[in-house]
This record gives sequence, structure tokens and C-alpha cells, in this order.
Amino acid sequence: MQTHAAKRVEIIIEAPMESRLTDALENAGVTGFTVLPVLGGSGRSGRWTREGQVGRAGMVAVICLIRPDRLDALLDAAFGVVERHIGVVSVTDTQVVRAERF
Amino acid sequence: MILSFVLGLFASIARSELSVPEAAAKMMSLYLLFAIGFKGGVAVAGHGIDGHLLAAMAGGIALSFLLPFLAFALLRMSTGLSALDAAAVAAHYGSISIVTFVTATSVLSAQGIASEGYMVAVAAAMEAPAIVSALWLVARSGAGVRMDARLWHEILLNGSIVLLVGAFLIGAVTGEAGMDRISAFVVAPFQGVLCLFLLDMGLVAGRGLRDARGVISLGAVVFGVVMPILGAVAGLAVALIIGLSPGGAALMMTLAASASYIAVPAAMRVALPEANPSISLTLSLGITFPFNLTVGIPTYVAVATAIIGG
Repeated sequence: MQTHAAKRVEIIIEAPMESRLTDALENAGVTGFTVLPVLGGSGRSGRWTREGQVGRAGMVAVICLIRPDRLDALLDAAFGVVERHIGVVSVTDTQVVRAERF
Repeated sequence: MILSFVLGLFASIARSELSVPEAAAKMMSLYLLFAIGFKGGVAVAGHGIDGHLLAAMAGGIALSFLLPFLAFALLRMSTGLSALDAAAVAAHYGSISIVTFVTATSVLSAQGIASEGYMVAVAAAMEAPAIVSALWLVARSGAGVRMDARLWHEILLNGSIVLLVGAFLIGAVTGEAGMDRISAFVVAPFQGVLCLFLLDMGLVAGRGLRDARGVISLGAVVFGVVMPILGAVAGLAVALIIGLSPGGAALMMTLAASASYIAVPAAMRVALPEANPSISLTLSLGITFPFNLTVGIPTYVAVATAIIGG
């Protein structure tokens, strides 16, 4: 099957910032993304878990699959929101089947 | 109620696998907020609105504005926290914990002590002013503050406040007739649901206590116990000035003594992202919340009753 090169951007960010990040992505023309809950993890502040978080707390993962030429615009938009916050931004090469969708 | 909380606390500290599903806990909190708001509104409908309501609202808002300054000064004196972290913690202690408030109202009704129904509205009004004080403290220290209209919208219209105030207004409009229709739902199951909810809060607080080691210093732990006492004293002073009943005074003390762990943490993450969230959450949820539930509320009720008379 024919596949096409794409970039997979995964942004793990604090839940209260989720809507600000997705709005910034949409404003930058990124209309396709997936938001996933994060169960827990470990980082510079030590271990944490979603269990026992009260209210709009914890972390979420926002995943975008985009054409490589749109990567810089996405990262610029995302960094405006996430720069000062706890979280992780990673970019990986990936392959997609239906290139016209990205 | 308190025993349910202690059971959850014990289970969590003993690392039992006991847990309450997230959706069930959310449902219980919705029920409790609706029930307490509605009952407060019905009480206001029965007794009418007078100058005491406005005075209590003004007193509560003033407490929420001023308590962060006291908390900030104490933290800077007794702990090694930076101005940023101290201000973030101070915001939590100026705001309120609605679960602590609900528990206090339940303790009062179990003891047959009446309280002013409008204290529900006072609780809602005390959520946000502390955030302003904390941000002013941070801005004064020169650190960056990210505050915009969208955040204010999220703070002032957060789900807890909307439900609490909305249910209060529904209760005030429908009065006793409304209560007759849904009392089987909002009165009879209330204590049982609160017990189960406090079991979950015990589990949450236990995790906070477990996490306390290595996150906060001994000075901060002492602050987590001393600050609610000072807040309660300030709440009592305001209650005496306004002329609240013993039950209303106990609730004002509880509100001033409690620390937020829902509305303020989310606001602080947006406005002060460099502040360490572990410190404020561990203090408010792991130290002050259990203290208020086990020692604080019974003491506040006893003191208010002794001073104002039952």
C-alpha cells in the first residue's frame, strides 16, 4: 500500500491549558488533532498519577499528524501556549495512508 | 461522616487498592452541590433577604481578599518558599473548599444547630477574590503573570459555582413548595452520599499526605495547620461584627479556614505556570483538608456556639 511521509507532533500539557492549546492550533490552520487523557508519569517534579486528581487537573496529550511543510507553523503556535508550562513536546517521523487528509 | 473520611485516609496510606470511580465521584459532587445550594435557597425563601446577607457577602469577600496577605507573610517567614510559590499557596488559602463547607453544614444539621441559608452564596462569592490578591503579590515581586478575560471567565463561571449558585436560586424561587417535591432526593440520601464522597476525599487526601514527604518542609506542614486556625479566628471576628447566628459563624469560620483545591489550582496553573503545583495541592489537600475535617470543624462549631451562644 502507498504511504506518505508526515510528522507526528505529541504535546503533553496540563489539562487547564488544553483548550488554549487546541484553539492556538486551530488558529494556525491545524484542524486535525486528537486529545487523550494521560494516566500518570514521572518528570522533574517526581512521579504523579491521574488517580486522585481533583477538578480540572492532571495532564492531557494532544496529538497532531501533519504534512512536514506545516511543522514550523504548528510548533510556533504551540510554543506560544506551552512555553512556560510543565509538559513535553516531541516530533517524530511517521507514515500516513491518506495524505490528502493532512 | 468523619469516620468515612478516616477510612479513606487509612486505606490510601496503607496503599489499599480501594478506589472510587472518577465518574461516580463527579456525580456525587454534582449531587452535593445541587442539594446544598437548593437547601440554602429554600432557607432564604423562608426567612427572606435582609441586610445581613449583603454584610455576610461583603465580609466573606473581604476575608478572601485579605487572607492571602496573611498566608503569604507567614509562608515567607516560616518556609523557604519563593515569592511565586508562596503567592500561589496563599491564593489557595484565601479561597474556599466547598467540600469542607458542605461537611460543616452537615455537622451543624446533625447537631440541630440552625445556620443562615445564604451562607451558600457567601461561599460562592469567596472563591475568586483571593486569586486577585495572589496575582497582585506576584506582580509586585516582578514575576510574570498571565491573566486574561478568558481565565476570569473560567474562574467566575466554573462548574461548581454555576451549580451552587444556580441551585441556590432555584431553591429561593421555588421555596418550600419546591422542597416538598424533591425532598426525597435532596434531603434523605444527603448524609449517605456525603459519607461515600468523604470516603473518596479520604483516599485523595491520603495520596496527598503520602506525596507530602519530599515535597514540603516541616515549616510548610506547620503552616498547613496554623493557617486554618488563623483563618477561622478572622472568620469568627467577621461573624461577630455582622451578627451571624452560632451556625452561621461556624460556617464563616470554616470557609475562612478552608483552602481551595479545585478552582484555584487550575487558575494558578494558567496564571502562574512557574509556581510548583505540588506544594500548594499537597498543603491544601494533604494537610489542611484533613485537619479541618477531623479537628477544625468540630472546634469551629464548639467555639462559635460557646461565644455566640447556642
